[in-house]
Amino acid sequence: MNKRLLSILLVAVFLLSIFSLNVMAEFPEKAINYIVCFNPGGESDLTARAQQKPLEEVFDTDVVIQYKIGGGGAVGWSELVQAKPDGYTVAGFNLPHIILQPLVRDNPGYDTKEIKPVFIFEATPNILAVHKDSQFETLEEFVNYAKENPGVITLGGSGSYSANHLGTLEFNQTADIKTTYIPFTGSGEAVPALLGKHVTGLMTYTTMGVRHSDEMRVLAVAAEERVPAMPDVPTFKELGYDYIEGAYRGLAAPPGTPDDVVQKLAEANLAVNEMPSFKNKLQDMGFQIINMGPEESEEFIDDRITYYEEILKEVGLL
Amino acid sequence: MGATLLSSTIAVFSIKNLLFMLFGVSAGMVAGALPGLTATMSVALIVPFTFTMDPVSGMATLGAIYCGAIFGGAFSAILVNTPGTPSSIGTTFDGYPMAQQGKGEEAIFTATFASAGGGLIGTVILIFLSVPLARVALRFGPPEYFWITIFGLTIIASLASKNMLKGLAGGAFGLLISMIGIAPIGGDVRFTMGLPAFQGGVQLISVLIGFFCIPEMLRIAGNLTAQKMQAVNVEKESGVLARSFWNVFRKPFNFIRSSIIGAFVGILPGAGGNIANLVAYNEAQRASKEPETFGTGNPQGVVATEAANNATVEGGMVPLLTLGIPGAPPAAIIYGALMLQGLRPGPELFSSSAHITYAFMVSLFVANLMMFVVGILGGRSIFKIVTMIPAKILVPSIIFLTILGSYSIRNNIMDVIVMLIGGFIGYLLKELNFHPGPIVLGLILGPIAEKGLVQGYLMGLSRPNPWTIFFTRPISIVLIVIIIFSAGWPVYREFKSRLKKGDN
Repeated sequence: MNKRLLSILLVAVFLLSIFSLNVMAEFPEKAINYIVCFNPGGESDLTARAQQKPLEEVFDTDVVIQYKIGGGGAVGWSELVQAKPDGYTVAGFNLPHIILQPLVRDNPGYDTKEIKPVFIFEATPNILAVHKDSQFETLEEFVNYAKENPGVITLGGSGSYSANHLGTLEFNQTADIKTTYIPFTGSGEAVPALLGKHVTGLMTYTTMGVRHSDEMRVLAVAAEERVPAMPDVPTFKELGYDYIEGAYRGLAAPPGTPDDVVQKLAEANLAVNEMPSFKNKLQDMGFQIINMGPEESEEFIDDRITYYEEILKEVGLL
Repeated sequence: MGATLLSSTIAVFSIKNLLFMLFGVSAGMVAGALPGLTATMSVALIVPFTFTMDPVSGMATLGAIYCGAIFGGAFSAILVNTPGTPSSIGTTFDGYPMAQQGKGEEAIFTATFASAGGGLIGTVILIFLSVPLARVALRFGPPEYFWITIFGLTIIASLASKNMLKGLAGGAFGLLISMIGIAPIGGDVRFTMGLPAFQGGVQLISVLIGFFCIPEMLRIAGNLTAQKMQAVNVEKESGVLARSFWNVFRKPFNFIRSSIIGAFVGILPGAGGNIANLVAYNEAQRASKEPETFGTGNPQGVVATEAANNATVEGGMVPLLTLGIPGAPPAAIIYGALMLQGLRPGPELFSSSAHITYAFMVSLFVANLMMFVVGILGGRSIFKIVTMIPAKILVPSIIFLTILGSYSIRNNIMDVIVMLIGGFIGYLLKELNFHPGPIVLGLILGPIAEKGLVQGYLMGLSRPNPWTIFFTRPISIVLIVIIIFSAGWPVYREFKSRLKKGDN
């Protein structure tokens, strides 16, 4: 009797191990949960929604989008780092958010290094935009006015301790001017303030410049090179200001996710990024397509951590 | 425009589109009736399916779901005192007392007529007045939003006319709850008690379920006797349909005023059905000759809230289609769907893509007409089902649904805990005769007021005294006058009635 029980147990253990081996070998063999940490309709959600179908094709399994919204993304990321590290729970992550929140909050529920980057797929560089009726035709006019009237210019943007917020501070330093940054909750919410002329300009993302190109004039873009969707807009660098800033978005897994699973996820993201239909759709909306694999993303994040720590110290926020 | 409107109308009336919309309205109603499944989430759930559709069908389906979901919230508000979406908060004030008096079916039909009618008025405003209204909405900046929320707080005076002190205390309590989480401006961490899950703040819907539903369910459970097995009373009456129809259209002023309030609040980005229904309720009560009957089962209260909330749907489309600015969260999702369909909101939508835009507007009109039929049929069956189920089964099932619902808002267990704690506090407050309305109002308006105040102050920083910005802009001054009038009115009314008593 005991022998029989033992053999059943042994068979069970054997079957289980085969089964779990298969899981590793054939990732993914069930639906993947893709956590979106921001409101539906925003940049993070738009990207995830556009990726969903192509990712399903690549993986040949369902990709389920789950919203965990709140705290500027922190609620979702704090759940991600607690999730089972098997690759079936992944989340969209944003830079500089995952760097700045642990720096300025006591307990955001996660640590920057706990978020295991899989891939960075797109970026939205900052732009400086004014109303189309504005007196400022060029960046030079804008900077000159700001120098003559310190503190009079107000710039709206998305959130506090965001790429828009730090970008405004960085640009103030680079151009040696003084402007007031007014945070709004989301990039979309700042737009009516500009269209209604309640703020002088916006430090916002390229996507907003494309969406509202009829209503606003983009003075410059804070990217290395000009952005495909707005080829006529010069970069700050071209105009003599060493100012590059923006938000980067990617996919992340919980800490401890096996490297081969991370690799598979990264390959799928690369495949989606290279699909012309996906790439064109996002570029037309103002996104910059980026391909950074797991190691490259990690290095990039490390660089940014040092960079932001310096900036925050310089402007006295840390 | 006339020709495009005509050809777009024809485009909408294909069998395929009508079936999609019928599905949308029905699915939206079910989702809206379930507390926790909001209009935002139901629209977001369907978006991926619309990618494979052509733009007209896709947009029509999404619009239909949105309309249906906002309307569906009325069912649970009337039958079990639980606003299915924040847009139906005010519907509980009179709808639930009506149901308790055995007039639940009349309340549901009244809500159906008012919702569909409000939606139709909203659509007409959307089709013919979009462009000028969007320009007006832009003139509201942060200082104006601050004053609007202060105006919103004056509603407390009418909600709590029986006990002003408790009303004000409730409002302040709501404002305090709204501060939990990351500050909308500045990013400070407040009152999270060290729990990362609280960074997202307290979810309005959890509090709504906790404050409105749980205390009622406990009350029903506590009063169960052998004779009374049903949670909802039924009084067999004939001519309910006709009476409901006349509730809405006999005094068209209330219905039309509420629809216009709804449409206008919807146009303002950042303010939606949750505010519109309460403002409309307040104005209906103020204009009424018998304000004391509000809150005791006056059908006009249901008319006001339901006409207003469905008009916000179309109102919210005004800034979206003309300027690419979503007026409400579900509109933001529809925006995303538009973009992924390759359409860009703005002037283009009214020139090169005008046929799609007008077809979408016409589809909203049709969706509201469908709501008449689906609402009457669906309302009748939901009412029958709820009244047939014995309370000892109904109450636990609803409590179960509230747990599911509060978890599903954003898949956060903290929302369930908040809901249960809210239910406990709500029960205590109910025993102490606190009205949940002011608390919820404070919770809704708190973040908007804070944003308006801080952003307005930052805007004014270049002035010698930054605070003057709140008192010098023309729209702000108008709003301040309205606030003084609105806050003074109940006091004046009280004074006058005391004077009369003195004469006797």
